[in-house]
Amino acid sequence: MTVKQYKQVLAKPLLEENPITLQILGICSALAVTSNLSVTLVMCVALTFVVSFSNLFISIIRNYIPSSVRIIVQMTIIASLVIVVDELLKAYDYETSKKLSVFVGLIITNCIVMGRAEAFAMKEKPFLSFLDGLGNGLGYSIILIAVAIVRELFGTGTLMGYEILPLVSNGGWYPANNLLLLPPSSFILIGLMIWGIRAYKTDQIEPNEYKLSGHASAPDLSKRELNV
Amino acid sequence: MFEHYLNIFITTVFIENIALSVFLGMCTFIAISKKIDAAFGLGIAVIVVCLITVPLNNLIYNSILKEGALAWAGLPDANLEFVGLISYIGVIAAAVQILEMFLDRFVPALYNALGVFLPLITVNCAILGASLFMIEKDLRFGESVVYGLGAGVGWAMAIVVLAGIREKLKYSDIPEGLQGLGMTFLIVGLMSFGFMSFGGISL
Repeated sequence: MTVKQYKQVLAKPLLEENPITLQILGICSALAVTSNLSVTLVMCVALTFVVSFSNLFISIIRNYIPSSVRIIVQMTIIASLVIVVDELLKAYDYETSKKLSVFVGLIITNCIVMGRAEAFAMKEKPFLSFLDGLGNGLGYSIILIAVAIVRELFGTGTLMGYEILPLVSNGGWYPANNLLLLPPSSFILIGLMIWGIRAYKTDQIEPNEYKLSGHASAPDLSKRELNV
Repeated sequence: MFEHYLNIFITTVFIENIALSVFLGMCTFIAISKKIDAAFGLGIAVIVVCLITVPLNNLIYNSILKEGALAWAGLPDANLEFVGLISYIGVIAAAVQILEMFLDRFVPALYNALGVFLPLITVNCAILGASLFMIEKDLRFGESVVYGLGAGVGWAMAIVVLAGIREKLKYSDIPEGLQGLGMTFLIVGLMSFGFMSFGGISL
Protein backbone atom coordinates (compact mmCIF):
# COMPACT_ATOMS: atom_id res chain seq x y z
CA MET A 1 0.00 0.00 0.00
CA THR A 2 1.48 3.28 -1.01
CA VAL A 3 0.48 6.75 0.04
CA LYS A 4 -0.69 7.38 -3.49
CA GLN A 5 -3.16 4.56 -3.26
CA TYR A 6 -4.50 5.90 0.03
CA LYS A 7 -5.00 9.27 -1.57
CA GLN A 8 -6.80 7.73 -4.49
CA VAL A 9 -9.21 5.78 -2.30
CA LEU A 10 -9.95 8.95 -0.34
CA ALA A 11 -10.33 11.30 -3.29
CA LYS A 12 -12.20 9.16 -5.79
CA PRO A 13 -15.64 9.32 -4.17
CA LEU A 14 -15.50 13.12 -3.98
CA LEU A 15 -16.31 13.81 -7.62
CA GLU A 16 -15.47 10.88 -9.89
CA GLU A 17 -17.51 8.28 -8.05
CA ASN A 18 -19.67 10.48 -5.93
CA PRO A 19 -22.14 8.36 -3.95
CA ILE A 20 -25.09 10.63 -4.69
CA THR A 21 -24.59 11.74 -8.26
CA LEU A 22 -23.21 8.51 -9.69
CA GLN A 23 -23.75 5.54 -7.39
CA ILE A 24 -27.37 6.51 -6.53
CA LEU A 25 -26.73 5.94 -2.82
CA GLY A 26 -27.95 7.89 0.17
CA ILE A 27 -30.39 10.15 -1.61
CA CYS A 28 -33.24 10.21 0.91
CA SER A 29 -31.51 12.26 3.55
CA ALA A 30 -29.95 14.49 0.90
CA LEU A 31 -33.40 15.82 0.17
CA ALA A 32 -35.03 16.17 3.51
CA VAL A 33 -32.37 17.82 5.65
CA THR A 34 -30.92 20.42 3.30
CA SER A 35 -33.11 23.45 3.89
CA ASN A 36 -30.82 24.78 6.61
CA LEU A 37 -27.02 24.75 6.47
CA SER A 38 -26.25 24.17 10.15
CA VAL A 39 -28.61 21.18 10.33
CA THR A 40 -27.04 19.81 7.16
CA LEU A 41 -23.54 20.10 8.63
CA VAL A 42 -24.56 18.07 11.67
CA MET A 43 -26.09 15.42 9.41
CA CYS A 44 -22.92 15.28 7.28
CA VAL A 45 -20.68 14.85 10.31
CA ALA A 46 -22.98 12.13 11.67
CA LEU A 47 -23.04 10.21 8.42
CA THR A 48 -19.30 10.52 7.78
CA PHE A 49 -18.64 9.25 11.30
CA VAL A 50 -20.95 6.28 10.90
CA VAL A 51 -19.77 5.26 7.44
CA SER A 52 -16.04 5.48 8.24
CA PHE A 53 -16.28 3.56 11.50
CA SER A 54 -18.72 0.97 10.24
CA ASN A 55 -16.32 0.33 7.36
CA LEU A 56 -13.44 0.05 9.81
CA PHE A 57 -15.18 -2.38 12.18
CA ILE A 58 -16.74 -4.51 9.47
CA SER A 59 -13.39 -4.73 7.73
CA ILE A 60 -11.67 -5.82 10.96
CA ILE A 61 -14.03 -8.76 11.44
CA ARG A 62 -14.64 -9.45 7.75
CA ASN A 63 -12.93 -12.84 7.80
CA TYR A 64 -15.07 -14.08 10.66
CA ILE A 65 -18.51 -13.15 9.30
CA PRO A 66 -20.33 -16.11 7.71
CA SER A 67 -21.71 -14.82 4.43
CA SER A 68 -25.25 -16.11 5.07
CA VAL A 69 -25.81 -13.82 8.05
CA ARG A 70 -23.56 -10.97 6.99
CA ILE A 71 -26.37 -8.47 6.42
CA ILE A 72 -27.64 -8.83 9.97
CA VAL A 73 -24.10 -8.58 11.37
CA GLN A 74 -23.45 -5.43 9.35
CA MET A 75 -26.79 -4.00 10.40
CA THR A 76 -26.00 -4.58 14.05
CA ILE A 77 -22.67 -2.78 13.80
CA ILE A 78 -24.18 0.11 11.87
CA ALA A 79 -27.19 0.40 14.17
CA SER A 80 -24.97 0.50 17.27
CA LEU A 81 -22.91 3.32 15.77
CA VAL A 82 -26.06 5.21 14.85
CA ILE A 83 -27.41 4.82 18.38
CA VAL A 84 -24.16 6.32 19.71
CA VAL A 85 -24.53 9.29 17.36
CA ASP A 86 -28.21 9.69 18.19
CA GLU A 87 -27.63 9.67 21.95
CA LEU A 88 -24.70 12.11 21.66
CA LEU A 89 -26.80 14.45 19.57
CA LYS A 90 -29.68 14.29 22.02
CA ALA A 91 -27.31 15.07 24.87
CA TYR A 92 -25.35 17.95 23.37
CA ASP A 93 -27.48 19.48 20.61
CA TYR A 94 -31.08 18.72 21.37
CA GLU A 95 -32.46 21.43 19.04
CA THR A 96 -30.78 20.00 15.96
CA SER A 97 -31.66 16.49 17.02
CA LYS A 98 -35.35 17.52 17.06
CA LYS A 99 -35.04 19.10 13.61
CA LEU A 100 -33.40 16.02 12.13
CA SER A 101 -36.16 13.89 13.73
CA VAL A 102 -36.12 10.41 12.21
CA PHE A 103 -33.31 11.11 9.77
CA VAL A 104 -30.54 10.31 12.22
CA GLY A 105 -32.13 6.92 12.78
CA LEU A 106 -32.44 6.49 9.07
CA ILE A 107 -28.65 6.59 8.70
CA ILE A 108 -28.92 2.86 9.48
CA THR A 109 -30.64 2.26 6.20
CA ASN A 110 -28.70 4.92 4.37
CA CYS A 111 -27.52 2.97 1.38
CA ILE A 112 -24.09 4.61 1.43
CA VAL A 113 -23.24 2.88 4.70
CA MET A 114 -24.60 -0.49 3.64
CA GLY A 115 -23.32 -0.16 0.07
CA ARG A 116 -19.76 0.66 1.09
CA ALA A 117 -19.76 -2.10 3.72
CA GLU A 118 -20.81 -4.65 1.11
CA ALA A 119 -18.75 -3.34 -1.79
CA PHE A 120 -15.55 -2.33 -0.04
CA ALA A 121 -15.17 -3.19 3.63
CA MET A 122 -15.92 -6.91 3.15
CA LYS A 123 -12.92 -7.19 0.82
CA GLU A 124 -10.27 -4.68 1.85
CA LYS A 125 -7.96 -4.06 4.79
CA PRO A 126 -9.22 -2.01 7.77
CA PHE A 127 -7.28 1.23 7.23
CA LEU A 128 -8.10 1.36 3.53
CA SER A 129 -11.78 0.72 4.30
CA PHE A 130 -11.74 3.52 6.85
CA LEU A 131 -10.40 5.89 4.19
CA ASP A 132 -13.00 4.71 1.70
CA GLY A 133 -15.73 5.38 4.24
CA LEU A 134 -14.28 8.81 4.97
CA GLY A 135 -14.08 9.63 1.27
CA ASN A 136 -17.64 8.55 0.62
CA GLY A 137 -18.87 10.46 3.64
CA LEU A 138 -17.12 13.56 2.36
CA GLY A 139 -18.45 13.05 -1.18
CA TYR A 140 -21.94 12.90 0.29
CA SER A 141 -21.22 15.97 2.40
CA ILE A 142 -20.02 18.03 -0.57
CA ILE A 143 -23.28 17.55 -2.45
CA LEU A 144 -25.41 18.11 0.65
CA ILE A 145 -23.56 21.25 1.65
CA ALA A 146 -23.77 22.66 -1.88
CA VAL A 147 -27.53 22.04 -1.99
CA ALA A 148 -27.98 23.48 1.50
CA ILE A 149 -26.03 26.64 0.66
CA VAL A 150 -28.17 27.33 -2.40
CA ARG A 151 -31.39 26.56 -0.57
CA GLU A 152 -30.69 28.56 2.56
CA LEU A 153 -29.01 31.51 0.83
CA PHE A 154 -31.65 32.04 -1.83
CA GLY A 155 -34.57 30.71 0.20
CA THR A 156 -34.16 32.83 3.32
CA GLY A 157 -31.22 35.13 2.57
CA THR A 158 -29.18 33.74 5.45
CA LEU A 159 -26.30 31.30 5.92
CA MET A 160 -25.94 29.43 9.22
CA GLY A 161 -28.51 31.92 10.56
CA TYR A 162 -26.45 35.02 9.62
CA GLU A 163 -28.04 37.46 7.22
CA ILE A 164 -26.24 37.62 3.87
CA LEU A 165 -28.89 38.93 1.51
CA PRO A 166 -31.10 41.48 3.31
CA LEU A 167 -34.73 40.52 2.70
CA VAL A 168 -37.35 42.89 1.36
CA SER A 169 -39.51 42.10 4.36
CA ASN A 170 -36.71 43.42 6.62
CA GLY A 171 -36.17 46.58 4.59
CA GLY A 172 -33.48 45.06 2.31
CA TRP A 173 -33.51 44.44 -1.43
CA TYR A 174 -33.72 40.65 -1.80
CA PRO A 175 -37.13 39.04 -2.31
CA ALA A 176 -36.87 35.53 -0.82
CA ASN A 177 -37.49 32.61 -3.16
CA ASN A 178 -39.84 30.48 -1.10
CA LEU A 179 -39.85 27.75 -3.72
CA LEU A 180 -36.35 26.76 -2.60
CA LEU A 181 -37.55 26.12 0.91
CA LEU A 182 -39.92 23.43 -0.30
CA PRO A 183 -38.30 19.98 -0.19
CA PRO A 184 -38.92 19.09 -3.87
CA SER A 185 -36.61 21.90 -4.97
CA SER A 186 -33.64 19.86 -3.78
CA PHE A 187 -34.49 17.21 -6.39
CA ILE A 188 -34.25 19.85 -9.07
CA LEU A 189 -31.00 21.25 -7.64
CA ILE A 190 -29.38 17.80 -7.48
CA GLY A 191 -30.62 17.05 -11.00
CA LEU A 192 -29.00 20.20 -12.31
CA MET A 193 -25.86 19.44 -10.32
CA ILE A 194 -25.63 16.01 -11.95
CA TRP A 195 -25.95 17.72 -15.32
CA GLY A 196 -23.09 20.06 -14.40
CA ILE A 197 -20.83 17.26 -13.20
CA ARG A 198 -21.51 15.20 -16.30
CA ALA A 199 -20.82 18.13 -18.58
CA TYR A 200 -17.36 18.19 -17.00
CA LYS A 201 -16.83 14.41 -16.59
CA THR A 202 -18.28 13.23 -19.88
CA ASP A 203 -17.50 9.55 -19.21
CA GLN A 204 -20.34 9.48 -16.64
CA ILE A 205 -22.99 10.16 -19.27
CA GLU A 206 -25.47 7.30 -19.62
CA PRO A 207 -25.94 6.22 -23.24
CA ASN A 208 -29.36 6.71 -24.74
CA GLU A 209 -31.31 3.50 -25.29
CA TYR A 210 -32.84 4.76 -28.53
CA LYS A 211 -31.13 7.04 -30.98
CA LEU A 212 -33.27 9.65 -32.64
CA SER A 213 -32.86 9.57 -36.38
CA GLY A 214 -31.77 12.83 -37.91
CA HIS A 215 -34.02 14.75 -40.28
CA ALA A 216 -31.96 13.70 -43.29
CA SER A 217 -32.77 10.03 -42.87
CA ALA A 218 -36.47 10.59 -42.32
CA PRO A 219 -38.64 9.13 -45.12
CA ASP A 220 -39.53 11.64 -47.76
CA LEU A 221 -43.25 11.95 -47.30
CA SER A 222 -43.78 14.15 -50.34
CA LYS A 223 -43.10 11.22 -52.68
CA ARG A 224 -45.42 8.87 -50.83
CA GLU A 225 -48.12 7.29 -52.95
CA LEU A 226 -51.61 7.83 -51.75
CA ASN A 227 -53.37 4.56 -51.38
CA VAL A 228 -56.69 5.59 -50.04
CA MET B 1 -64.23 4.45 13.92
CA PHE B 2 -64.07 3.32 10.32
CA GLU B 3 -63.85 6.94 9.25
CA HIS B 4 -60.86 7.48 11.52
CA TYR B 5 -58.96 4.60 9.92
CA LEU B 6 -59.91 5.77 6.45
CA ASN B 7 -58.52 9.21 7.32
CA ILE B 8 -55.20 7.73 8.39
CA PHE B 9 -55.04 5.67 5.20
CA ILE B 10 -55.76 8.58 2.86
CA THR B 11 -53.39 10.87 4.74
CA THR B 12 -50.52 8.39 4.45
CA VAL B 13 -51.15 7.53 0.82
CA PHE B 14 -51.61 11.03 -0.56
CA ILE B 15 -50.88 13.87 1.84
CA GLU B 16 -47.84 12.33 3.53
CA ASN B 17 -46.81 10.06 0.68
CA ILE B 18 -43.72 8.33 1.95
CA ALA B 19 -41.83 8.68 -1.33
CA LEU B 20 -42.92 12.04 -2.66
CA SER B 21 -43.56 14.06 0.49
CA VAL B 22 -41.20 12.59 3.07
CA PHE B 23 -38.61 11.34 0.55
CA LEU B 24 -37.90 7.91 1.92
CA GLY B 25 -36.74 4.89 -0.01
CA MET B 26 -35.34 7.22 -2.64
CA CYS B 27 -32.35 5.10 -3.64
CA THR B 28 -34.40 2.11 -4.73
CA PHE B 29 -37.10 4.49 -5.94
CA ILE B 30 -34.71 5.98 -8.46
CA ALA B 31 -32.53 2.95 -9.16
CA ILE B 32 -35.32 0.42 -9.87
CA SER B 33 -37.88 2.51 -11.74
CA LYS B 34 -36.70 1.91 -15.29
CA LYS B 35 -39.33 -0.73 -16.06
CA ILE B 36 -42.94 -0.87 -14.90
CA ASP B 37 -42.83 -4.65 -14.23
CA ALA B 38 -39.89 -4.41 -11.87
CA ALA B 39 -41.33 -1.33 -10.19
CA PHE B 40 -44.64 -3.10 -9.66
CA GLY B 41 -42.98 -6.19 -8.12
CA LEU B 42 -40.94 -4.05 -5.78
CA GLY B 43 -44.01 -2.02 -4.88
CA ILE B 44 -45.93 -5.16 -3.88
CA ALA B 45 -42.98 -6.36 -1.80
CA VAL B 46 -42.81 -3.04 0.02
CA ILE B 47 -46.56 -3.12 0.76
CA VAL B 48 -46.31 -6.63 2.23
CA VAL B 49 -43.24 -5.91 4.33
CA CYS B 50 -44.62 -2.59 5.59
CA LEU B 51 -47.89 -4.23 6.52
CA ILE B 52 -46.04 -6.83 8.60
CA THR B 53 -43.23 -4.83 10.19
CA VAL B 54 -45.00 -1.62 11.21
CA PRO B 55 -47.60 -3.34 13.46
CA LEU B 56 -44.90 -5.71 14.76
CA ASN B 57 -42.66 -2.80 15.73
CA ASN B 58 -45.67 -1.11 17.27
CA LEU B 59 -46.21 -4.13 19.51
CA ILE B 60 -42.54 -4.25 20.45
CA TYR B 61 -42.44 -0.56 21.24
CA ASN B 62 -45.63 -0.49 23.28
CA SER B 63 -45.09 -3.70 25.23
CA ILE B 64 -41.32 -3.75 25.77
CA LEU B 65 -39.41 -0.60 24.90
CA LYS B 66 -41.66 2.25 25.98
CA GLU B 67 -41.03 3.92 29.32
CA GLY B 68 -42.89 1.95 31.96
CA ALA B 69 -43.97 -0.74 29.50
CA LEU B 70 -42.10 -3.40 31.44
CA ALA B 71 -44.17 -2.80 34.57
CA TRP B 72 -45.72 -6.29 34.21
CA ALA B 73 -42.26 -7.78 34.66
CA GLY B 74 -41.67 -5.82 37.84
CA LEU B 75 -39.53 -3.14 36.18
CA PRO B 76 -41.71 -0.02 36.17
CA ASP B 77 -38.71 2.34 35.77
CA ALA B 78 -37.15 0.63 32.79
CA ASN B 79 -36.89 2.74 29.66
CA LEU B 80 -35.42 0.83 26.75
CA GLU B 81 -36.12 3.42 24.07
CA PHE B 82 -32.42 3.77 23.31
CA VAL B 83 -32.23 0.27 21.85
CA GLY B 84 -35.23 1.10 19.65
CA LEU B 85 -33.35 1.52 16.40
CA ILE B 86 -31.51 -1.75 16.69
CA SER B 87 -34.67 -3.69 17.54
CA TYR B 88 -36.71 -2.19 14.71
CA ILE B 89 -34.06 -2.99 12.13
CA GLY B 90 -33.68 -6.44 13.63
CA VAL B 91 -37.42 -7.02 13.29
CA ILE B 92 -37.35 -5.81 9.70
CA ALA B 93 -34.37 -7.96 8.75
CA ALA B 94 -35.94 -11.01 10.40
CA ALA B 95 -39.38 -10.38 8.88
CA VAL B 96 -37.89 -10.06 5.42
CA GLN B 97 -35.90 -13.26 5.89
CA ILE B 98 -38.96 -15.19 7.12
CA LEU B 99 -41.15 -13.78 4.38
CA GLU B 100 -38.57 -14.87 1.84
CA MET B 101 -38.54 -18.44 3.16
CA PHE B 102 -42.34 -18.52 3.39
CA LEU B 103 -42.80 -17.31 -0.17
CA ASP B 104 -40.13 -19.68 -1.46
CA ARG B 105 -41.96 -22.61 0.12
CA PHE B 106 -45.64 -21.73 -0.45
CA VAL B 107 -45.95 -19.08 -3.18
CA PRO B 108 -43.03 -19.75 -5.53
CA ALA B 109 -44.59 -17.70 -8.34
CA LEU B 110 -44.54 -14.52 -6.27
CA TYR B 111 -41.11 -15.43 -4.91
CA ASN B 112 -39.68 -15.64 -8.41
CA ALA B 113 -41.39 -12.43 -9.44
CA LEU B 114 -39.93 -10.50 -6.51
CA GLY B 115 -36.51 -12.11 -6.91
CA VAL B 116 -33.68 -9.96 -5.72
CA PHE B 117 -35.92 -7.18 -4.43
CA LEU B 118 -36.92 -8.95 -1.25
CA PRO B 119 -33.51 -8.94 0.47
CA LEU B 120 -32.95 -5.41 -0.83
CA ILE B 121 -35.98 -4.25 1.10
CA THR B 122 -34.18 -4.65 4.43
CA VAL B 123 -32.16 -1.58 3.59
CA ASN B 124 -35.03 0.37 2.08
CA CYS B 125 -35.44 3.38 4.29
CA ALA B 126 -39.16 3.59 3.50
CA ILE B 127 -39.72 0.55 5.73
CA LEU B 128 -37.64 1.72 8.67
CA GLY B 129 -38.97 5.25 8.11
CA ALA B 130 -42.55 4.04 8.34
CA SER B 131 -41.77 2.36 11.67
CA LEU B 132 -40.01 5.44 13.02
CA PHE B 133 -42.83 7.76 11.98
CA MET B 134 -45.30 5.35 13.55
CA ILE B 135 -43.40 5.71 16.85
CA GLU B 136 -43.20 9.48 16.48
CA LYS B 137 -46.95 9.74 15.84
CA ASP B 138 -47.62 7.47 18.83
CA LEU B 139 -50.17 5.31 17.01
CA ARG B 140 -52.15 2.51 18.60
CA PHE B 141 -52.03 -1.04 17.23
CA GLY B 142 -55.06 -0.80 14.95
CA GLU B 143 -53.90 2.54 13.59
CA SER B 144 -50.42 1.18 12.97
CA VAL B 145 -51.82 -1.59 10.75
CA VAL B 146 -53.58 1.01 8.60
CA TYR B 147 -50.52 3.25 8.66
CA GLY B 148 -48.25 0.43 7.49
CA LEU B 149 -50.63 -0.45 4.67
CA GLY B 150 -50.97 3.20 3.65
CA ALA B 151 -47.23 3.80 3.68
CA GLY B 152 -46.63 0.77 1.46
CA VAL B 153 -49.44 1.58 -0.96
CA GLY B 154 -48.30 5.19 -1.27
CA TRP B 155 -44.73 4.19 -2.02
CA ALA B 156 -45.79 1.51 -4.51
CA MET B 157 -48.08 3.92 -6.31
CA ALA B 158 -45.33 6.53 -6.60
CA ILE B 159 -42.74 4.12 -8.00
CA VAL B 160 -45.17 2.68 -10.58
CA VAL B 161 -46.08 6.20 -11.74
CA LEU B 162 -42.41 7.17 -12.01
CA ALA B 163 -41.60 3.98 -13.94
CA GLY B 164 -44.44 4.78 -16.34
CA ILE B 165 -43.03 8.23 -17.00
CA ARG B 166 -39.49 6.90 -17.42
CA GLU B 167 -40.61 4.27 -19.92
CA LYS B 168 -42.02 7.01 -22.12
CA LEU B 169 -39.03 9.20 -21.47
CA LYS B 170 -36.51 6.96 -23.19
CA TYR B 171 -37.93 7.92 -26.59
CA SER B 172 -37.38 11.61 -26.00
CA ASP B 173 -34.46 13.80 -26.95
CA ILE B 174 -32.72 14.83 -23.74
CA PRO B 175 -29.44 16.81 -23.51
CA GLU B 176 -26.52 14.40 -23.09
CA GLY B 177 -25.46 15.16 -19.53
CA LEU B 178 -29.02 15.07 -18.29
CA GLN B 179 -29.87 11.62 -19.64
CA GLY B 180 -30.78 8.97 -17.11
CA LEU B 181 -30.15 9.99 -13.53
CA GLY B 182 -30.25 13.77 -13.98
CA MET B 183 -33.56 13.75 -15.82
CA THR B 184 -35.04 11.32 -13.30
CA PHE B 185 -34.24 13.73 -10.48
CA LEU B 186 -35.94 16.59 -12.29
CA ILE B 187 -39.04 14.46 -12.97
CA VAL B 188 -39.26 13.29 -9.37
CA GLY B 189 -38.94 16.92 -8.31
CA LEU B 190 -41.88 17.90 -10.49
CA MET B 191 -43.94 14.91 -9.31
CA SER B 192 -43.24 15.87 -5.76
CA PHE B 193 -44.33 19.47 -6.40
CA GLY B 194 -47.53 17.95 -7.74
CA PHE B 195 -48.02 15.95 -4.57
CA MET B 196 -47.58 19.08 -2.48
CA SER B 197 -50.94 20.24 -3.75
CA PHE B 198 -52.49 17.49 -1.60
CA GLY B 199 -50.95 19.24 1.40
CA GLY B 200 -53.82 21.72 1.60
CA ILE B 201 -56.42 19.02 2.11
CA SER B 202 -57.59 18.66 5.68
CA LEU B 203 -59.49 15.54 6.61
